[in-house]
Amino acid sequence: MLGPYVDAYLISWVVFLPFASALGLLLANLVVGFLLRSNGLPKVVWKVTAMVASTLSFLAALLGLWSRFDPEETGYQLVERVEWLPEYGIHYFVGVDGISLVLVLLTTFLVPVALLATWNEIDRWLRSYLFFVLALETAMLGTFVALNLFQFYLLWELMLVPMLFVIGIWGGPRRVQAATKFFLFTVAGSLLMLVGLVVVYRMNFEQGGALNFDLVRAVGTAASGMPLLETVIPAQASETVPWWQTQSWLFGAFAIAFGVKVPLFPLHTWLPDAHVEAPTGGSVILAGVLLKLGAYGFLRFALPLFPDATVEWVPVVVVLSLVGIVYGSLVAMVQRDLKKLVAYSSVAHLGFVMLGIFALNLHGLTGAVLQMVNHGLATGALFVLVGFVYARRRTREIADFGGLARPMPVFACLLGVVVMASIGLPALGGFVGEFLILLGAFGAEPWAAVVATSGVVLAAAYMLWMFRRVVFGPLDKPENRGLIDLDLRERVAVGLLIVPIVWIGVHPSPLLRRIEPSVSVLLQEMELRQSRTALAANASLPESAP
Amino acid sequence: MAEAEWIEDGLLRWIVLAPLLSALGTGVALGFVRRTLSPAVVAWVSCLAVLASFALSGVAFARLVGLLGGAVPEDGPRVLVDTLYTWVGSGVGSSAFSADLAFRFDALSAVMCLVVSGVGFLIHLYSVGYMRADERDDGGVPRFFCYLNLFTAAMLVLVLADNLLLMFLGWEGVGLCSTLLIGFWYGENANAYAGAKAFVVNRIGDFGFLVGIVLLFWSMADAGQPAVSFRALEAGFAVIADQSLAIPAWLGGGEIGLPTVIGLCFFLGAVGKSAQLPLYVWLPDAMAGPTPVSALIHAATMVTAGVYMTVRMAFLYEAAPGALLVIAWTGGLTAIFAALLATAQDDIKKVLAYSTISQLGYMFMAVGCGAYTVAIFHLVTHAFFKALLFLAAGAVIVATHHQQDMKQLGGLRKRLPITYVVTLVGVLAICGFPGFSGFFSKDEILTAVFFAHELAGHGVLYWMGVVTAGLTAFYMFRLLFLTFHGRVRLPRGRRGELDDPEDSMMWPLQVLAVLSLLGGIVGVPQFWGDLMEIAQSDSLGIFLATVVPVRDPHGMDAIAVAQGVGLILAASVAGFGVAYLLYLSRPQLFGRIEPVLAWPRYVVASRFWVDELYDLLLVRPLVFLSDRVLYRGIDVFLIDRRLVEGSAVAVRALAENALKHLQSGLAQSYLFMVLAGTVAVLAYLVT
Repeated sequence: MLGPYVDAYLISWVVFLPFASALGLLLANLVVGFLLRSNGLPKVVWKVTAMVASTLSFLAALLGLWSRFDPEETGYQLVERVEWLPEYGIHYFVGVDGISLVLVLLTTFLVPVALLATWNEIDRWLRSYLFFVLALETAMLGTFVALNLFQFYLLWELMLVPMLFVIGIWGGPRRVQAATKFFLFTVAGSLLMLVGLVVVYRMNFEQGGALNFDLVRAVGTAASGMPLLETVIPAQASETVPWWQTQSWLFGAFAIAFGVKVPLFPLHTWLPDAHVEAPTGGSVILAGVLLKLGAYGFLRFALPLFPDATVEWVPVVVVLSLVGIVYGSLVAMVQRDLKKLVAYSSVAHLGFVMLGIFALNLHGLTGAVLQMVNHGLATGALFVLVGFVYARRRTREIADFGGLARPMPVFACLLGVVVMASIGLPALGGFVGEFLILLGAFGAEPWAAVVATSGVVLAAAYMLWMFRRVVFGPLDKPENRGLIDLDLRERVAVGLLIVPIVWIGVHPSPLLRRIEPSVSVLLQEMELRQSRTALAANASLPESAP
Repeated sequence: MAEAEWIEDGLLRWIVLAPLLSALGTGVALGFVRRTLSPAVVAWVSCLAVLASFALSGVAFARLVGLLGGAVPEDGPRVLVDTLYTWVGSGVGSSAFSADLAFRFDALSAVMCLVVSGVGFLIHLYSVGYMRADERDDGGVPRFFCYLNLFTAAMLVLVLADNLLLMFLGWEGVGLCSTLLIGFWYGENANAYAGAKAFVVNRIGDFGFLVGIVLLFWSMADAGQPAVSFRALEAGFAVIADQSLAIPAWLGGGEIGLPTVIGLCFFLGAVGKSAQLPLYVWLPDAMAGPTPVSALIHAATMVTAGVYMTVRMAFLYEAAPGALLVIAWTGGLTAIFAALLATAQDDIKKVLAYSTISQLGYMFMAVGCGAYTVAIFHLVTHAFFKALLFLAAGAVIVATHHQQDMKQLGGLRKRLPITYVVTLVGVLAICGFPGFSGFFSKDEILTAVFFAHELAGHGVLYWMGVVTAGLTAFYMFRLLFLTFHGRVRLPRGRRGELDDPEDSMMWPLQVLAVLSLLGGIVGVPQFWGDLMEIAQSDSLGIFLATVVPVRDPHGMDAIAVAQGVGLILAASVAGFGVAYLLYLSRPQLFGRIEPVLAWPRYVVASRFWVDELYDLLLVRPLVFLSDRVLYRGIDVFLIDRRLVEGSAVAVRALAENALKHLQSGLAQSYLFMVLAGTVAVLAYLVT
C-alpha cells in the first residue's frame, strides 16, 4: 500500500520523519538564506512543514503501525535491524510490542496537537524552536522502539538536549535554573544507569563470548552474540559474585535513572520547576511523553533484566508510589499556580502508574500502560488549556481568575471535561486505567490498593477546587471581563485531545487487546529468567561447596 | 427464587440513549450555535426525550410481566438483558475481570426505571415553566436541560446496569450532574462551593464503593469464580458467604465475616450518595441548586441510589448480619437526627432537605431489617410525595420571587389555593395519614423493625422510628402553617403578583398529588389486605420478591401490628398538635416558651456545628499539613534546599579545589563529558 520502502522500514519512517524534515528545513533555510540574502524560509513555512511532518508521522503510526500490528501475535513486530558497530554489539535495532505501540501513537499524536495549540505562542527564534521540537520527537520515538540497550541509552541522553533548550530558551523568567535542575537531576540518574549498563554488558560478554547490546534475539538475522535477556544475573552476592554484579544493585542503578524521569517521590522536585518555566508546548511534551519514558524504562529493561530484584524491591517502590499519590495530591491542593498544580497532580498520577507496574500482575501492568496514555492525553490537555488562559491574561495564579465561565463558556466546558478525565470519572479515559491499577494492586497488596484509592478522593478535591476557583464564582476581576473565548484553532486542539479520552473511556478494548498480550509476555519472561537464575545458582552451589 | 428466564432485548439501550442523545445534541448545539439556539425548543426536546424513556420503560415492563410477547413462565421470573460489548476486560483464567456494557431489566430495575423516567418527565415538564420564570442574565436554560437530560441518562444507567462497574459509571455520572446542577448559578461562590462540596463528600463514599468492587472481585476470584455482573454474583456468591477475615490484633483481634466487610464498603458508598450520617452534610447545601433539581436529584432519584444499590446487593447483605446491623442503626440515627434538625430550619427548602435525609434513614432501617421490598416501596412513595413537596415549594418560590424564608411567608393559602392543596396532600402523605401513600410504606418499615428480632436493639430502633414520625408531623405541619396559614407577612409591594404557577407547572403537581394520595395502593401490606379481604394486596412486594430476597415474617401477629399503627398515628397526631398549637392557634404560647427553648433551639438551628467541626478537624489540618509541612517543609525546604542544593554546594566546593578546569558550567559540556565517559568505558571494556 505504501510502497516497499515504507513497508519494510515502517518504524523508521515514523521515527525519523520529524527529524528528517527538521534537517530538511534547516538545509532549505540555509540555501534560501544564502541565495536571497534573507533570514531564510518564512516562519509560516517552518510551522506548516513541522505540522505536516509530525502529522504524517502520526498517520504513519496510525495507519501503518497500528493496522499492521497483530494483537494475536506475541513478541516484537515490524522489527528492523541494521548492524552499526557489530564488533561492539551496537546495532540499530527497533520493533514494537503492544506497550511501545500505544506509546508511539501517543507521542506522534501529542506533538502535532501541541504544535497546533501553540501555533502563535512562540515568537522569538521560532525556527530553532521547531527544530528542537522535531528532534525531540524523533529522540523520544526512538527510545520507545529501541531494542538495543546502547541505542536506548544514547537516545535517552540525546533527548535531554532539545528539552533542555526548549525550557532554557523559550521558558519563563526562571528558565535557566529550571532547565539546569532538570538536566542535573536526569543526568545524575542516567550516570548510574550507565554504570549498571556497562556491568550487565560485561557479564553478558563473559557468559556469551561476544559483545552484544541487543535486548532480545533478533529473528532472521545472523546472531552476533547472546542477547541481554539471556544473561544470567545472580540474585545474591556470593564468593564468586561481587555485590555490584547482583540484580539488586543493578536494579537500583537503573531504577534511580528511571525513577527521576517518572518522577518517583522524592526525586520529583525538578518537575514542578521545569513545568512552570517551560513553554506550553514543552510542558505538553514533558508531561505527556517524557515522564512515560521513566515508567517505560522499568517495563522494558528493569523488570525483565532483574526480575528477582524487582520482586525484592516491590515494597520500596510500592511505598514510594503511595507516598507519591497521597503526597502529590495534598501538595497539589495548596498550589497557587495552575501549572504547579498540574505538575504535582502528575506526581500523583505517575504514582498510580508505578503502583500498577509493581503490582506485577496482568491487571496492574495493563492498567499502568493504559494510564500512561490517559495521563498523556488529559495532562497534555490541561497544559494546553492553561496555556490558553496564560496567553490571554499573562498570569497563572488561580487567585487572579474566577467566573471565567461567563466570558469563556467553551473554555469552561472543555476544562470541565479534561478535569473530570483527570479525576478519573467513568466513561472518560482515566477511570479504566486507574481501576485496573487498583484491581491489580489489590490482587498483589490489598492495603496498598486501599491507600491508593484515597488518592481518588484527594484528586477530586484538588481538581474541583481549582476548577471552581478558576471557572465559577463572581466575575469580579475587571481584567477577566473582556476575555475572548477560545477560537476555532484552540477548540480543535483541545477537541482532538478529548476524542481519544472519551474513546478510551467508553471502549478501551482495542487498546487493552494490544497491551495485555505484551504485558503477559513480560510477566512470562520475568518468570523464565527467575527460574533460570535459580537454576544457575543451584548449579554453581555443588562446585563451590566441595 | 427459581431460575430466571433470560431474554435478550435490544430495547433497553434506547431507554438510556434517548436522554443521552438529547443531552449530547444540546451540548454540541451549545458549542456551535449558542446564539441562535432557542431555549423553548431545547426544553421541549429534553422533555420528549425523557417521555420517550418512560414510554420505552413501560414497553419493557409490559414485556417483563408478559403483557406483550407471551406469558411469564410459572417457575421463575423473567429478566430482560441487553448486552452491547465488553467495556473493561483484563486478566485471564481465575482472575479474569470482565465488565460488559450491558443493561438488565428485572422487577427491581423496572420499578426504579419507571420511577426515574416517570417522575423525571414530570419534573422536566415543570422545569420548562420554572426556568422561564427564573431566567437569569446568562440564558442558561439550554445548559440546564442538557445537564438534566444527562442526569436522567446517568441515573438510568445506574438502575439498569448489569454489573457493578457499569453501576459505578452511572453512580459517578449522577454525582457529576448533581454537582453541575447544584452550582448551576455559578456566579455566586456559595453555589459553586456547594456543588464542589457535594462531589468531594460523595467521593469519600465512592472510595468505599471502589474498594468494595475490588474486594468482592478478588474474594470471588480466590474462590475460583471471578465475577462482577450481578447475575454471576447472585449465582456464585454462596462460595464466599461463609468466609471470614482475621481482625488485626491492634484492632482487638478476632474474626469478621467477609460479606460483612464487603457489605460495609458498599454501604460507605451508599452513605455518601444517600446523605446518611456522617456524610449527610452535602445535601442541605445542595439546596443552592434550582428547585426542580432538588426535587429530581436530591429527593426523588439520585439520593435514593444508595438504597437501590443495597437492595440490589441484597444477596450479599443476607449473608452479612453485621453489615445489616450497621445499616439499620445508621438509618435509625440519621432519621431521628435529621428530623430534629428539620424542626429548627426556617428555609423552606432546607426543611425539605433534612426531611429527605430523615426519610432515607427510614429506608435504610428497612434494609437493615432485611425488608428490602419495603425499602423500595418507601423509596417509590417518597419519590412521589417529596418531589411533590419540592415542586410545590418551587411554586411558592416563583410566586414570591425567591423568598424561601418561612418567617417572611405566611397566609399564602388564599393566594395560591392549588399549591396549598397539593402541599397539604404531600404533608399528609409524608406524615402517614391513613390511606395516603406514606401511611402504608412507613407503617410497613416500622412493623419490619418491630419484628426484626435478630437485630440487636431493634426495640430501641423502633421507638426512634416512632419519635421520628412524631417529629416529621411536627416539622411538616410547621412548614405548612408558617407558609400557608396565618397572616400574610410578605411586604405589601410584593403581594400583588402572588398566584398559582402556570399550567405547565401545575399539571406535574397535580399528577404527583394524585400519586402521593393513591400511590400506596401498589403495596398495601397484606395485614390491611386481609382486613379488606383482598388476596395478595401487596402487588409491589410480590413483584419485587421475584428478584429480591424476602424474609418470612415470624411472630408477626395482627394485634401487634395494629398497636404499632396506633402508636405511629398517635405520635404523628401529637406532632401535628404541637405544631398546631405553636404556629397556628396559640402563637402567644410560642412566645412564652421561646425563652425556655432558646438555647436548645439555637443548638439545633446551628445544626450542631457539624460543618464547622469537619472544617476544624479535617479541612484545616489537612490544608495546614499540605501547605506548611509537605509543600514548604519537605518539598521546598528539605528536598530542594537541603538535599539538592546542599549536594550542589558540596560538589562546587570539591570542584573549586580540585576539578576547577572541568567545571565550565555549560550543560553542553556536561553532556560531552557523559558521552566521552561512555566511550572511555566502552574502550576499556573491549580492549
